[in-house]
Amino acid sequence: MKEKIAELEEKARRLRVAIVKTLHKSQSGHTGGSLSAIDMVSALYFHKMRHNPQEPAWDGRDRFVLSKGHAAPALYVALAECGYFPSEDLMMLRRLGSHLQGHPDSKVTPGVDVCTGSLGQGLSMANGMALGLKLDGKPNRVYAVLGDGELQEGQIWEAAMAAAHYKSDNLCALIDANRLQIDGEVAKVMNVASIADKFRSFGWNVIEIDGHDMAQIVRALDEAEAHKGAPSAIVAATVKGKGVSFFENKAAYHGVTPNDQELPEALKCLGCFD
Amino acid sequence: MIATRDAYGEALAELGAENDQIVALDADLSGSTKTGVFAKKFPTRFFNMGIAEANMVGTAAGLASVGKIPFLSTFAIFAAGRAWEQIRQSVAYPKANVKIVATHGGVTVGEDGGSHQSVEDVAIMRAIPNMTVIVPADGEETKGAIRAAAAYKGPVYVRLGRNKVANVFPAGHVFEIGKGCELAPGTDLTFVTTGLMTAQALIAAEKLKAEGISARVVHIGTIKPLDKELLLQAARETGAIVTAEEHSVIGGLGGAVAELLGEECPTLMKRVGIHDRFGTSGKSEELLKYFGLNAETLVEEGREIVSRKK
Ligand SMILES: Cc1ncc(C[n+]2csc(CCOP(=O)(O)OP(=O)(O)O)c2C)c(N)n1
Ligand SMILES: [Mg+2]
Repeated sequence: MKEKIAELEEKARRLRVAIVKTLHKSQSGHTGGSLSAIDMVSALYFHKMRHNPQEPAWDGRDRFVLSKGHAAPALYVALAECGYFPSEDLMMLRRLGSHLQGHPDSKVTPGVDVCTGSLGQGLSMANGMALGLKLDGKPNRVYAVLGDGELQEGQIWEAAMAAAHYKSDNLCALIDANRLQIDGEVAKVMNVASIADKFRSFGWNVIEIDGHDMAQIVRALDEAEAHKGAPSAIVAATVKGKGVSFFENKAAYHGVTPNDQELPEALKCLGCFD
Repeated sequence: MIATRDAYGEALAELGAENDQIVALDADLSGSTKTGVFAKKFPTRFFNMGIAEANMVGTAAGLASVGKIPFLSTFAIFAAGRAWEQIRQSVAYPKANVKIVATHGGVTVGEDGGSHQSVEDVAIMRAIPNMTVIVPADGEETKGAIRAAAAYKGPVYVRLGRNKVANVFPAGHVFEIGKGCELAPGTDLTFVTTGLMTAQALIAAEKLKAEGISARVVHIGTIKPLDKELLLQAARETGAIVTAEEHSVIGGLGGAVAELLGEECPTLMKRVGIHDRFGTSGKSEELLKYFGLNAETLVEEGREIVSRKK
């Protein structure tokens, strides 16, 4: 297991490098929230989820919903690393005609199951998937990654209520609690207060972790799978911009991409010297 | 050249100083929508509602019912789209004095892509009774429109854009709700345009002039209520209408003009806009070209419609 964790950590590091390079090339997109989510996305794509890059529509696949759709670069680098499409495609992010749209688009990107980007809608779709899969008696699980600012949307709590009501224990929400949104700190813009308490009070199984500790992420995903009778919420304390020191904990880097001066410095932070 | 959203930020802050009943609300996009300018000047009269647009609209309706004049802003897709029924029930139905100023309308949103590009907001706002719908052409008109919206009692939807746009109106332009403007005379056809397409129509009219085609340009800043007189006059006098907007051809300016002319003065007509499609990622300039939202398309359509007249 130790080796597996080390391997996943290295994957996440490489994917951070890919995120930085991709966003430097596109000069448009969301840096902070991609870097805060990538450890969880790595654990899902390279360890936890059953999926088949050679057959994106494989019936046995677990489902992934990037509810905080603006972190699309985190999803795209993982899909490319898995082999859903060539890594070179990343350089076309957000370009006219590219299959890598600014926000996840299931119509054009292999491996993407739902369209997201308008915040607050992903958890409902994830729960719908969970209900449908259960109805068919399938063992597939559904994972949704949410932002903490995103939790301000009322629809999130409608979905939380519904998932608990229908005992969607094949659903796991991962909350990227980086404490920042666009206009500043979540606590100052519109306080969501205790995320864990809120999900608990809605009837969810709640697991609180450090969202950059790979061993904790993996353990939490196992715990979530083992829990029966209620959906699970992994509330992950994260750092927006994680891995690139000068992006970390800065709301200003939400939707700002690394420029030419910042690129070498950012790559150095990630232990990439080529 | 100034973005209409920047003009809004300025105008709202100015109005805030003149009238302390004016309050502003935003949904975690105050830097982009420019309500942040107002927030800096009047922090106690600014409410950041977080990423919760439906609640923002309801809150604005409540503020209006106790006498405030709320201006609420977010991207057009999240204002008109996400909170449509709250706008209908809590704002328009009671005729609440709420001003919805939506920025980032249309495809010039650019790289964020189709999920963020509202191509139908004007249509769905226009369909609501009691709603006034305004799409300014430039910064000056935006300032006038914001002023007019504040003075008007009732719901108003103003659609603004992300990018800098060419100036069409002179400084100090006075905006009158419901009044269109003839910006260039012409006898062979009329371009009826709104938003950033008006500047394109002026360029197209110049180009057509060189070919001996006389194109009138009528700018419609208020999509609802529509300036029927001006439009019917243009239809009668030029006999051909080409509408253009950075919006779906369904239900927006083109739709409104077609409804009017179909009933009151059937006229040769062509709608330039987005043809029942979603937007996509790309640079704003590329997307305008991709969707044919430019002077070149207007020149072609102008030529074509005039040839059909004969
Ligand atoms: C419904 C909706 N409103 C507004 C936006 C614009 N928007 C994009 S990202 C963002 C902030 C998201 O904050 P958070 O969920 O905390 O994400 P993270 O910090 O992980 O980037 C906002 C307001 C949106 N995409 N959808
Ligand atoms: Mg956040």
